Amino acid sequence: MASKFLLVAQREYLTRVRKKAFIILTLSVPLLIAAFGAFMVKIAQSDSSAEVVEVRDDSGLNLAARLVSTPQLTFVPATGTLAEAKRGFQQAKHDGLLYLPANLDVENPNNVQFFGKGNISLKKQLAVESALNKVFSELKMQKTGLSQEQLDRLRSAVNLKTISLDDTGKEADSNAQATTGIAYALALAIYLFIFMYGVQIMRGVGEEKSSRIMEVMLSSVKPFDLMMGKIVGIAAVGLTQFLLWGLLSAGASTLLTPLVMGAGEDQPKTEVAAASTRLAGPTTAQNDQQNAAESPKSTPDSKSLLANPTNRFSIFSTLGNLPFGTILFGFIIYFLGGYLLYGALFGAVGAAVDDQTDTQQFMFPITMPLILSYLIGMLVILRNPDGPVAFWMSMIPFTSPIAMVIRLPFGVPMWQLALSVFLLILGFVSTVWVAARIYRVGVLMYGKKVTYKELGKWMFYKE
Amino acid sequence: MIPILEAIDVRKAYANHVALSGVSLAIPEGSIFGLLGPNGAGKTSLIRIITQITGADEGEIRFRGERLNPGHGIQIGYLPEERGLYKKMKVGEQLLYLAQLRGLSRADAVQRIKHWLLRFDLKGWAEKNVEDLSKGMQQKVQFIATVMHQPSLIILDEPFSGFDPINANLIKDEILELRKQGATIIFSTHRMESVEELCDNIALINRSRKVLDGPVGVIRNQFKTNTYEVEGKGKLMVIHPDFEVIEQIERENGHFFARVQLHAGVRPNDLLRYLIGSVEVEAFREKIPSINEIFIRRVRETMPETLAEQTV
Repeated sequence: MASKFLLVAQREYLTRVRKKAFIILTLSVPLLIAAFGAFMVKIAQSDSSAEVVEVRDDSGLNLAARLVSTPQLTFVPATGTLAEAKRGFQQAKHDGLLYLPANLDVENPNNVQFFGKGNISLKKQLAVESALNKVFSELKMQKTGLSQEQLDRLRSAVNLKTISLDDTGKEADSNAQATTGIAYALALAIYLFIFMYGVQIMRGVGEEKSSRIMEVMLSSVKPFDLMMGKIVGIAAVGLTQFLLWGLLSAGASTLLTPLVMGAGEDQPKTEVAAASTRLAGPTTAQNDQQNAAESPKSTPDSKSLLANPTNRFSIFSTLGNLPFGTILFGFIIYFLGGYLLYGALFGAVGAAVDDQTDTQQFMFPITMPLILSYLIGMLVILRNPDGPVAFWMSMIPFTSPIAMVIRLPFGVPMWQLALSVFLLILGFVSTVWVAARIYRVGVLMYGKKVTYKELGKWMFYKE
Repeated sequence: MIPILEAIDVRKAYANHVALSGVSLAIPEGSIFGLLGPNGAGKTSLIRIITQITGADEGEIRFRGERLNPGHGIQIGYLPEERGLYKKMKVGEQLLYLAQLRGLSRADAVQRIKHWLLRFDLKGWAEKNVEDLSKGMQQKVQFIATVMHQPSLIILDEPFSGFDPINANLIKDEILELRKQGATIIFSTHRMESVEELCDNIALINRSRKVLDGPVGVIRNQFKTNTYEVEGKGKLMVIHPDFEVIEQIERENGHFFARVQLHAGVRPNDLLRYLIGSVEVEAFREKIPSINEIFIRRVRETMPETLAEQTV
């Protein structure tokens, strides 16, 4: 009876979402994610903008104005004499002081000094040296008579624009990173969902068995309804949890990240910005390289990755070119199909054994294809989404939920998708059938050590 | 009158053994019926067929003359031997859930749960988790779950095993009350002495077969052996043409207890007359066999080879 099935699903759902563990987990994971995100932002920030170096330029060559600030390294003019500057940069919490002495020889600049707090990292030293090298080489080039304009033209920045060409010859922006990221995220979501909530199904059945309520239940509900009610109820719990995680993480991140950003800006950034406008010259080659890797459309003028609107636009345009309809449709199908298929098997295992510790021997053959499809998916399919491994694994119902969603963002021929979905439906109908038979016999079986042979027999028991 | 439940030649086999080989029963409406037999005789198999947890391989079950179908489920209340509750669920919610599964509307269920919790002194416990209840309280909750949807047939499998004596009495009283209201009750147990005074009818099952059934009184009379129990002072002569002293136990101060079997045609008054002449009689009553004794005798008659292995 449908209403009984709904009652069972409702109970499974309500008892679970009201548990303290559920509430705590639902609230704490987004906080962790947001905290992790904020941490990453902070790291990125400290990596990109934390280094502020004061420059004391006594060379008389106006070298300070030629030093180019990058996101990782900002040069600001020092105030006062060298002795004052040495104290001053520490008070201002700047990271170093670069001293360009009066008797600086452009051809052989070996008396430049850099003062820092404690040991100076190699990275910082290299960055400062690189900036100085550039200044000196420019100076030398200018000495040969090249104008600034000619210098700018000499600099080259190569940007590869990647374009995916489909069968009809239509061109579309492709971005391997975005596509891979989506494939990875989808596969991980399905993998986690099946594992987390599949195990909950198994535990739930085990609890019903050990609390001896099965027979009471079975006198009013058909075993199939009881099993499917549990599977569907727990799926709803999982969807609720994932949805809340998504919403809360987004919420927490938008709250937390500005806080962290603010904290990262306790250094006089405005001052830095104001000062660096004077110092800023043409962009560095280092900067260009970075942008080139990220963005097919970045121009040599771009100041930083984040501040570059064309870069962002390019990722979005790539996303727009992905087969979103197919991805979404496929994800829902494989998500539900995979969960039902594995959920039924987990339920059957819970029904077959008395003791939770006995589940190991039956868990192994279930988790094996799941783990394998995830690992092979990440290691092989992601790199070669059209290869034979990818094809076969996206056909077998036990591996297709993960293998196929990895392939989806890269584009999958329609006939393969159709065949795979058909096989998946066939697969979950038959596993649910098998699981229901094991379940029906298993739930009333106590005190018996179950073997595979035994399970085989249960399949053919009469009603 | 059509019996509320009728089993006709029911057969059921599992992979390794036969659970029921052609069992037929009729359970009259409004009676208390004892389904008796040792462990493993097939009682629970029969009950699981009646409650439609499993199906019979052959034969038929009729509920008030109709072939048993899932629609009859809500008219049956079943307290299994393996009974339990969801430990982490509140008492009230759990009862509501079970009541709704048995077809009660939410409003109805709430009403009846209130009534039963009050009746069983569990009023303050509705909001507590089942695991916080004592075992005795859990048993009460299980009983409420079995009967709250007012089933016309209540099946209790080993009802008194695990119940403490106070609860067992409480449940007995409730069962009698339910019968008064028209319900039919099936007791299934291997402890025959625990229910024989409650049952109107019984069926004895042994090794997948029914060995005997009928009204308790009729069966016991049928199995009377013309044996009398005598208590008194003095000493009974051991040899007499009319009767045989099966057993004589000497007690303190010249008292004795004896079981005497009359030969065919001899009347109890003849024995009494003899006793009055020879000893001082303090008690004299007919020995009516217990169901357990009848069971043993019956099994010995029908399948003598099996009795040795059995623990009754």
